[in-house]
Amino acid sequence: MPDASLSALAAQLAAKQVSSRELAQQYLDRIATLNPAINAFITVDAERTLLEAAAADALIAAGNAGPLTGVPIAHKDIFCTDGWLTTCGSKILHNFVAPYDAHVIQCFKAAGMPSLGKTNMDEFAMGSSNETSYFGAVKNPWNPAYVPGGSSGGAAACVAARMAPAATGTDTGGSIRQPAALCGITGLKPTYGLVSRYGMIAFASSLDQAGPMAPSAEDCALLLNVMTGFDPKDSTSLDREKEDYTRDLDKPLTGLRVGLPREFFAEGLNNEVAAAVDAAVEELKKLGATTVEISLANSKLAIPVYYVLAPAEASSNLSRFDGVRYGYRAPEYTDLNDMYSKTRAQGFGAEVKRRILIGAYVLSHGYYDAYYLQAQKIRRLIADDFNEAFKSCDVILGPTAPGTAFKLGEKSDDPVEMYLNDLYTIPANLAGLPGMSLPCGFDAKGLPIGLQLVGNYFSEAKMLNVAHQYQRATDWHSRQPEGLK
Amino acid sequence: MKWETVIGLEVHTQLATKSKIFSGSSTAFGAAPNTQASAVDIALPGVLPVLNKGAVECAIKFGLAIGATLNRVNVFDRKNYFYPDLPKGYQISQLAKPIVEGGALRIQVGDSEKVVHLTRAHLEEDAGKSLHEDFHGMTGIDLNRAGTPLLEIVSEPEMRSSAEAVAYARALHTLVTWIGICDGNMQEGSFRVDANVSVRPAGQKEFGTRREIKNLNSFRFLQQAIDYEVRWQIETLEDGGRIEQATVLFDPDRGETRMMRSKEEAHDYRYFPDPDLLPVRLDEPWIEAVRAALPELPEAMRARFISDYSATPEQASIATSSLAFAKYFESAALHAADVDSELVGKIVNRMFSPEEKELAAGFIARDVARARIKLTCNWLTGELLAWLNKAETAIENCPIPSRSLAQLAIRIEDGTLSGKLAKQVFEGLWEGAGEVDAIIEARGLKQMSDSGELEKIVDEVLAANPKSVEEFRAGKDKAFNALVGQVMKASRGKANPAQVNDLLKTKLQ
Amino acid sequence: MSLTQDDVKRIARLARIETSDAEALATQAQLNSIFGLIATMQAVDTRGIAPMAHAQEVYQRLREDAVTETDRHAAFQAVAPAVENGLYLVPKVIE
Repeated sequence: MPDASLSALAAQLAAKQVSSRELAQQYLDRIATLNPAINAFITVDAERTLLEAAAADALIAAGNAGPLTGVPIAHKDIFCTDGWLTTCGSKILHNFVAPYDAHVIQCFKAAGMPSLGKTNMDEFAMGSSNETSYFGAVKNPWNPAYVPGGSSGGAAACVAARMAPAATGTDTGGSIRQPAALCGITGLKPTYGLVSRYGMIAFASSLDQAGPMAPSAEDCALLLNVMTGFDPKDSTSLDREKEDYTRDLDKPLTGLRVGLPREFFAEGLNNEVAAAVDAAVEELKKLGATTVEISLANSKLAIPVYYVLAPAEASSNLSRFDGVRYGYRAPEYTDLNDMYSKTRAQGFGAEVKRRILIGAYVLSHGYYDAYYLQAQKIRRLIADDFNEAFKSCDVILGPTAPGTAFKLGEKSDDPVEMYLNDLYTIPANLAGLPGMSLPCGFDAKGLPIGLQLVGNYFSEAKMLNVAHQYQRATDWHSRQPEGLK
Repeated sequence: MKWETVIGLEVHTQLATKSKIFSGSSTAFGAAPNTQASAVDIALPGVLPVLNKGAVECAIKFGLAIGATLNRVNVFDRKNYFYPDLPKGYQISQLAKPIVEGGALRIQVGDSEKVVHLTRAHLEEDAGKSLHEDFHGMTGIDLNRAGTPLLEIVSEPEMRSSAEAVAYARALHTLVTWIGICDGNMQEGSFRVDANVSVRPAGQKEFGTRREIKNLNSFRFLQQAIDYEVRWQIETLEDGGRIEQATVLFDPDRGETRMMRSKEEAHDYRYFPDPDLLPVRLDEPWIEAVRAALPELPEAMRARFISDYSATPEQASIATSSLAFAKYFESAALHAADVDSELVGKIVNRMFSPEEKELAAGFIARDVARARIKLTCNWLTGELLAWLNKAETAIENCPIPSRSLAQLAIRIEDGTLSGKLAKQVFEGLWEGAGEVDAIIEARGLKQMSDSGELEKIVDEVLAANPKSVEEFRAGKDKAFNALVGQVMKASRGKANPAQVNDLLKTKLQ
Repeated sequence: MSLTQDDVKRIARLARIETSDAEALATQAQLNSIFGLIATMQAVDTRGIAPMAHAQEVYQRLREDAVTETDRHAAFQAVAPAVENGLYLVPKVIE
């Protein structure tokens, strides 16, 4: 079971070889065994999961099953889920039982996919190591002394440890791709606007995008079919025709032009990662691809731009957590402002507070033009670089992260060091482009290495095609941590 | 020193949409607390705004009505501050690219007219309400109002007195209710005024430091607050003090303004474009469709009332003080102008040769119509308005149908009623006693037109008042008036005063 | 440029986050190192570049003016820290 792909699980369910309840129970059992050491889940509610699985079984019995009906999935705790605790990894929402479903959750419910629980994450998705969670750090299944990456660290870890066949994640600056890379799984951040943000607790609204995380590109394609689609409740949701993201999986890669951005292979990149990425390029060439060197000259500014724009949006998005209508309220205070200040000081963790302060500062009187507006202008320059690059290539390839997983606590005292982890992932968020990470090797310590693909707008099917062909030729994605098998 | 007052107004008008500006909640007033506050309105984690087309359309209507520039692309920003009635911790508003810019409104103060220019009008969401009744030392928050669409209308600082400010506010109130974008209910907070007030020595070019009086919800308070504030600022300056920029509240009980917060405490709102909302585009077909559906505007109608119905400028202003009033007036005027061709025929037959008849008929009909409309206009802006005010009721609830008011004017014009008798008929109409002619009949209010009957009364009066007759003959004009009064009294007001005059003069010669 | 202690306290007040002097000191150092990272952006010549606020060049979709929400205040207030008679309770607001 732990090795089965989503399509294999779906086939077993359709053939009635296993029921959704049985399948869910198997994963729940595995969670019960493995999660205490990994801490990938914030909430597991076996009773609810089994109820949902029973409903899926009824659908299957009635002949109303969709392609993935009955296959369970874990959801990042950033998605509001009706009746489930939804914390966003924060003390300020430690007691928030959501009274409604996010659009993404509705999509999976409609597809008949039971929820295995809510996965751990960096608080409000702010972090690259999953150490900022109020519910404790997540451990990397490949080595529990190491971080799983973040912010979708719980999602990546639970998939890597096969506690769930797949998970949802969100990506604001690399939060799907970087943990996917560090945990040796596949994750995709779609084009901005393809997946509704309604009910997904906002970090930086103009960058946030939800996507699938699973062992393989094929799994991700199937999940993308479920998650994407127009939602009238999200003004930034794009009203486009539904696509089948599996349609091009089996196309040969002959003639594929792979762009290699010079800036992504420069100083700062770990040698072992560079070697693994180079090997992957050779593999793609064998499959018929050609390479072309490109330049994303302004991408070196992506981190400064991101650390102005994302905190600015976040500082405003997080103002609603004020102890008035839901969530944590400080037990003692002298007056209204004291209630606000204590609630937020006690309810938010250090990283979240830091970003709120950065955001408040760059938007404050007299600084707006120098910071916020300047960042928005450079954001355009970064996006223009990509537009130019896609004139000469079909997909851009590079490392997902500059290194492999680092030790728990290693970077947690140095925010700047931590931020540099997202060097290669942030540009796609700023441009709104789709990006994905897939496993392409291991370092000497046995930690996974991730390969990043960035595609042009709406080219998810093409990227999945490239990734799937690569995964047919390699087996990095099907390896599992020793000892957790 | 002579001082000049400078006033600019910011008016928050609640738009008359069914649903809120960014959610599908009802905007109906008076619901139980928080029963009209949806997930979006209470800012649950994860929710997102979607813009209401109806609210945008209201802003387009307004922009067209004041001849403003409609920004074909306009943008929503976030205004960040913490307050319990502001669930998101920011208000969605428009700062850099508002939907409406410029435009002007004509106001009238007494006999003089003035044009007040508008700076801008932008869409934003209303906040909830804090209820300060004591909940064990706590405040209660009702978010039903949160997210109600507002159009904030900002004028240039072009008003120079509280009277001008009130005239502007009234003209604006008329306009927004006229074009149907706001119900205008000031008690319910549908039309709220903030006044920026400063004073400067007469002749000085630079503006003085202004203080902003917040949330005035009646025209009377607007006037009182500005008058108090201006006095206070002048006294402060004359005493050698300085005005600090500040936000103040008006206390209607004490008739005073008091400080809410100083400039130092002013917020740093950290405005930035709302990433959850995209730029709003207004396309030409939409704008043209809205323009085509606009009613005739008060200013155009006012001009037409002056030219078509010979209303005085003041009467035309009154008649166009609301769309309902204007419609009533126009309906009454049309009834009055509908001159009976049989009547015209009688007059023409009596007075003109066959060749002249057709032309004369036209002139006569026109003259009769004009006289009647003039009377209708006088009665509408005089008696009817006074009665409505006394009853504290609006024209919409007027018990006298416009047709009846016109009929009253007709009966005055054709000599059936004197002004005095007409007032009695009006009373009957107000009480719902029936049609004009029926009331005249039932109450015997017909002006005496039978000259034989009147002659009899005159003779009696002359016989009974020899002393007055003597005095008149001795050259005392007053005595004549006394005789007229006696005749009128004896006829119980039904005699035609002009006829009485003529008859008395003849008899006394 | 670098942030002073007062800057840190001012923005913390603006953001309604209680910050002790000791915390402000630590935060000051961290924020300054972050702003050091951000500073590299400042030198870029962006004259004539239009700011990019959204990932897609699309315009706002408009919702028809219709009431679509029903009263759910009981469910919403089940997770509220303090309510009474349907109202959210907060420490006394002084105007």
